[in-house]
Amino acid sequence: MAQISIKVDGVEYADAVEPRTLLVHYLRDQVGKTGTVVGCDTSNCGSCTVHLDGTSVKSCTVLAVQADGHEVTTIEGLAKDGELHPMQQAFHENHALQCGFCTPGMVMQSIDLLRDNPSPTEEEVRHGLEGNLCRCTGYQNIVKAVLAAAESAPVRIGTAGGTL
Amino acid sequence: MIPVAFDYTAPSSVADAVSALGSDSEEIKVLAGGQSLIPVLRLRLAAPTLLVDIGRIPELRGITDEGDALVIGAMTTHAEVADSDLVKEHAGVLAKATEAVADPQVRHRGTLGGSLVHADPAGDLPAPILALDAELVIAGADGERTVPAANFFHDMFATAVGDREILTKVRIPKHTGWGAHYEKFTRVAQQWSIVAVAATVKVDGGSISAAKVALTNMGATPIRATGVEQALLGRAAAGDTVKQAASSAAEGTNPPTDTNGDASYRRHLANVLTGRAVLAAAAN
Ligand SMILES: Cc1cc2nc3c(=O)[nH]c(=O)nc-3n(C[C@H](O)[C@H](O)[C@H](O)COP(=O)(O)OP(=O)(O)OC[C@H]3O[C@@H](n4cnc5c(N)ncnc54)[C@H](O)[C@@H]3O)c2cc1C
Ligand code: FES
Ligand code: FES
Repeated sequence: MAQISIKVDGVEYADAVEPRTLLVHYLRDQVGKTGTVVGCDTSNCGSCTVHLDGTSVKSCTVLAVQADGHEVTTIEGLAKDGELHPMQQAFHENHALQCGFCTPGMVMQSIDLLRDNPSPTEEEVRHGLEGNLCRCTGYQNIVKAVLAAAESAPVRIGTAGGTL
Repeated sequence: MIPVAFDYTAPSSVADAVSALGSDSEEIKVLAGGQSLIPVLRLRLAAPTLLVDIGRIPELRGITDEGDALVIGAMTTHAEVADSDLVKEHAGVLAKATEAVADPQVRHRGTLGGSLVHADPAGDLPAPILALDAELVIAGADGERTVPAANFFHDMFATAVGDREILTKVRIPKHTGWGAHYEKFTRVAQQWSIVAVAATVKVDGGSISAAKVALTNMGATPIRATGVEQALLGRAAAGDTVKQAASSAAEGTNPPTDTNGDASYRRHLANVLTGRAVLAAAAN
């Protein structure tokens, strides 16, 4: 077992993990952040996307031991005082989900996308979500939601621990 | 799936990493960004007993200007390489190829060194490294050695880096003022190259005075299209002349046949994409 300490959604955790534990399994099974889901075995689908020190990663493709000493934000850390994050709100208002399985990853990657490029074109949104698969929506409303969030101004996108 | 159980160590220097690799009794794997290795472990296509994580070694990260060359640490991520003004200015074709790798999440973790040592024939970074005549620095028990890119890629998934060695950095002679383009052909988003072409050219007074072209996924290793490079010299950097010079790109290649296309289709693609890559490179 290895000893790790990780800040998850603003809270410090110290735990023992097997070195083979994937970050996503640590988050779900040990920390209880079941909002982050696993959709594939090949690192393709992006449904497990979280922020590691403020940038998006596929948490199924990071070992928990690699995140030792770092900071993770999951979909569960976005809403503040019962208020949805502006990106969550934009997904809600634009009907950007059907079954909702891809949504945690889509929202996390969309926030990263706007951090990198605050006023993207439609083409840039599609390209920036290249690593996230959706089997339901056909992507149209997801792209609409991200463009709406970009326009509705203060999507405050901080780095880890910041004002997500 | 969950990987098989393994031991884990995260040394903080290259010297410690090399000594961690020294143990004969273990089945050891180096862990860099993990974007190829962790999927392999999850699918249980590999079962190492020890992972040596080189992600906590500061000397392996970063991009430095050494006068006539850029030096990029093996653990520098794809995102850092693609965003670097130094790389864009002095090794443009590497910046463009790196932007074309995978998706943003993978580019945040995956590393230049990892891509080169992994040496997937469809990987996008070996070809620009070959085109730029880079040198690769490898550390092992006997110290450091430098291998030119032309001798680095031995076969599919096999390079000059031995089991007990670490690729530490890549030295790229500056190609300042050269035009550059990476033309990647895929059918769907987030796909590995079916065929791709890395081209960088120097244009003087409307004609090509130097050209370097390398092909991705036209054989087990990346291939320099030397015939095309020679045919371009002194030619006008324009439509028909470039297309004619590019029409020999597939000569001497040995492309695979798979579900994305057969070998003859890939040869056709190589010629067409080479023309496009050179024209786009000459135009910027
Ligand atoms: C969904 C997805 C899509 C992708 N699409 C593309 C694509 O379109 N084009 C592309 O080029 N790549 C693609 N990749 C691969 C990606 O670029 C990887 O980052 C890269 O192949 C490996 O780099 P890494 O740092 O993650 O290495 P790791 O996965 O950590 O290691 C890969 C191999 O190299 C060895 N190794 C790594 N670094 C060193 C070193 N410094 N010294 C010695 N040995 C070392 C490891 O032991 C291992 O065998 C994709 C990956 C994923 C998950
Ligand atoms: S679970 Fe599919 S990419 Fe992580
Ligand atoms: S809403 Fe069902 S997978 Fe995207």
